[in-house]
Amino acid sequence: MITQMNHVSIFVLNQDSAFEFYVNKLGFKVHTDAPMGPGQRWLTVCPPEQPGLEISLMSIEEGMMFKGEAAKQMRELVKNGTFGFGVFQCNDLNATYLELIEKGVVFKKPPTKEFYAYEALFIDDSGNWFSLGEKQRN
Amino acid sequence: MKHTTKAYPKFYLYSRIVKAKLFIDSNYYCNINLHNIAREGYFSKFHFIRLFKLIYGSTPHRYMTRVRIENAKNLLRQDFSISETCFKVGFDSISSFSGLFRKIEGKTPSEYQRLYQLRQENIKNKPENFIPNCFAEQNGWSKNSNFREVI
Repeated sequence: MITQMNHVSIFVLNQDSAFEFYVNKLGFKVHTDAPMGPGQRWLTVCPPEQPGLEISLMSIEEGMMFKGEAAKQMRELVKNGTFGFGVFQCNDLNATYLELIEKGVVFKKPPTKEFYAYEALFIDDSGNWFSLGEKQRN
Repeated sequence: MKHTTKAYPKFYLYSRIVKAKLFIDSNYYCNINLHNIAREGYFSKFHFIRLFKLIYGSTPHRYMTRVRIENAKNLLRQDFSISETCFKVGFDSISSFSGLFRKIEGKTPSEYQRLYQLRQENIKNKPENFIPNCFAEQNGWSKNSNFREVI
């Protein structure tokens, strides 16, 4: 029986810039940052209250994973905002939205009451977009 | 993830509380007077604390302590001594710093620093032990590859 997910990948254009975005703007914690040879790095971060979920910030480079033209195509797709990688949760969406705006995070959609949730959409430094929702208050 | 019907503070109030939170985030190492922050936001102290707690789930004072401890962890990871760390993040006494650190983190600052250094040493010596094999294989970092020869 599968019980949890503990690793997930987000493809990014530049790991240094992704580090700045996820750690210094979103406030995620660095879990592992290991150099893996020239130009390669295993970098994972966790949402502050979810230390068991490592988000691997994977650089899109031509090599073992992306052969030939695939890396170039993947970079274009990411840059053009093709991928929505998931839904993050916060305790208070209005406050989090205002704070992230203050820190320079770009939103595709401000906090909006949808039939399924109160949500906003933001974009990371590479072009990946995420939904941001609010935990139900007691 | 359901939307709640609970009344939210008005947006302009949010803006002032978020500014106060960001002020704490940037000035945690100073002797911050929460009365002054409340006054600058045109709140009474009581109103400020109530709204802050509603939005962030803890009082401004507790929040500031947590920010100080988070920044202390950052400094400890960079090899600062316990006493340097204590004063750099705004505590006046090493014993109150160590006590709060232990209460929040479940270990003393020196234990935290030692465990972090040990983990970094292990990552440096055997990075492949920290990477699930499916990712390692895709990147050519599996145990049988020669990536370590080029680090």
